[in-house]
Amino acid sequence: MRKSNLFLFYLASNLTLLLLLFAHASFQELHAVPLLRENIELVKRLMLSDLCLFTEASYTRHLTQADLHTPFQEHPVCLEHFPSGSILMPPEMLKRPYGKID
Amino acid sequence: MGKLIERQRNVLDFTLSSLLRRKGKNASLFLVYTLVVFMLASVIFFTHAIKREASIILQEAPEMIIQRSVAGRRDLIPVGYLDEIRRIRGVTSASSRLWGYYYDPVAGANYTLMVPDKFEYEPDSIIIGAGISRTRLLYQGDDLEFRAFDGSMLVLQVQDIFPAASELVSSDLMLISEDAFRGLFGIAKEYATDLVVRTGNPRELATIALKISKQLPDTRIILREEILRTYDSIFNWRGGMMVFLLAGALLAFLIFAWDRTSGLSQEEKRETGILKAIGWETSDIILMKFWEGLVISLSAFLAGIVLAYCHIFFTHSMLFAPVLKGWAILYPEFKLIPFIDPSQVATLFFLTVVPYTVVTIIPSWAAATIDPDTVMRT
Repeated sequence: MRKSNLFLFYLASNLTLLLLLFAHASFQELHAVPLLRENIELVKRLMLSDLCLFTEASYTRHLTQADLHTPFQEHPVCLEHFPSGSILMPPEMLKRPYGKID
Repeated sequence: MGKLIERQRNVLDFTLSSLLRRKGKNASLFLVYTLVVFMLASVIFFTHAIKREASIILQEAPEMIIQRSVAGRRDLIPVGYLDEIRRIRGVTSASSRLWGYYYDPVAGANYTLMVPDKFEYEPDSIIIGAGISRTRLLYQGDDLEFRAFDGSMLVLQVQDIFPAASELVSSDLMLISEDAFRGLFGIAKEYATDLVVRTGNPRELATIALKISKQLPDTRIILREEILRTYDSIFNWRGGMMVFLLAGALLAFLIFAWDRTSGLSQEEKRETGILKAIGWETSDIILMKFWEGLVISLSAFLAGIVLAYCHIFFTHSMLFAPVLKGWAILYPEFKLIPFIDPSQVATLFFLTVVPYTVVTIIPSWAAATIDPDTVMRT
């Protein structure tokens, strides 16, 4: 078999695989609709505001409820919690200026 | 047309044979390239999927949350504030929320305790998230001891466990009755953790928020829009940070690719020289180099994307999970929904294949313009 044919076959099978992954993704999306609805309903019923992503400390659990006093709650030289302490940005509302600087 | 295709196939045949002659070198390039695409694609797939899921799930989060600040710290809010809020025009309903954290020294984890609007179980019952159940090995009917604010012990019985499918919002959650919650933390009936306000018209939210902050100056208001923006920016930045870190790897790879294509080995130079001596034009050599780049970059790109998809959506982000879990004792075991679209694949293509093609163009041209006589003499 010609090498070019082998290569084209490899490309075609990879492309087919990619298309199958797209098909898998849309199937999974459809399949997840009832599950998402349940979670939306849970958020609505319990009036939840945050995802349960960073549970290492009480002040990283509800990111949207953070205030300006959130950092250094353990003690001032405490190592930040990883990864949230090192990769999270402050919530939008905390980035608003409180007054004119000049 | 057929002749043109046949010519391209012949060049491709020759290119593949040439690549196979330097198996080790090209295989290492292919592996590094695949790894770079795999890492970048994994980050893009992961951040997009989790961001999308957050925006869908939190679309029904409270429209407006009102918290109270005392001496610069968040404090309990008097339930009496509700009457004043309800009098504001545009407010459909307002209610209080009771929630807080409880540190369990046995597990070394924080639980989020919450009192639902209607608690349909006995007052000494709790409903726990799947993460708590997994960490503390607690199942229906088991008792869990709590140390109350006054040092007394409070024993509550697990009545139910949240379904594992809801772990993204409920892994560390514990539903508890109002009496048990107030008894545990010593919170008087007149106080709540915060207040939640619903409005008939979302466009009035900003006006209502302004009115509340004027009437109740010791309060702080959080809007749903801000909640959604927080998650959007967190994941944007998170993705951005990881992409930034990976940019270093990509740059190193591009330098490697440049070095590989510009530093032609003696054998490669001889090959080019012989090809030119037997009649190949400069354009033919460039065509061969083009196919060489395309074979490597397309193969690595497709393999990297397929592997990244399998990593994120079939193995539950096996490589990222330890980093994301960090210090957390209670971490949700959730399966991401594969929200992917062609634009992500296009972004990856422009982030990986295009830079590779650009850095290899000049060395390819330099290789194609080698003087055959000089090469063969050396």
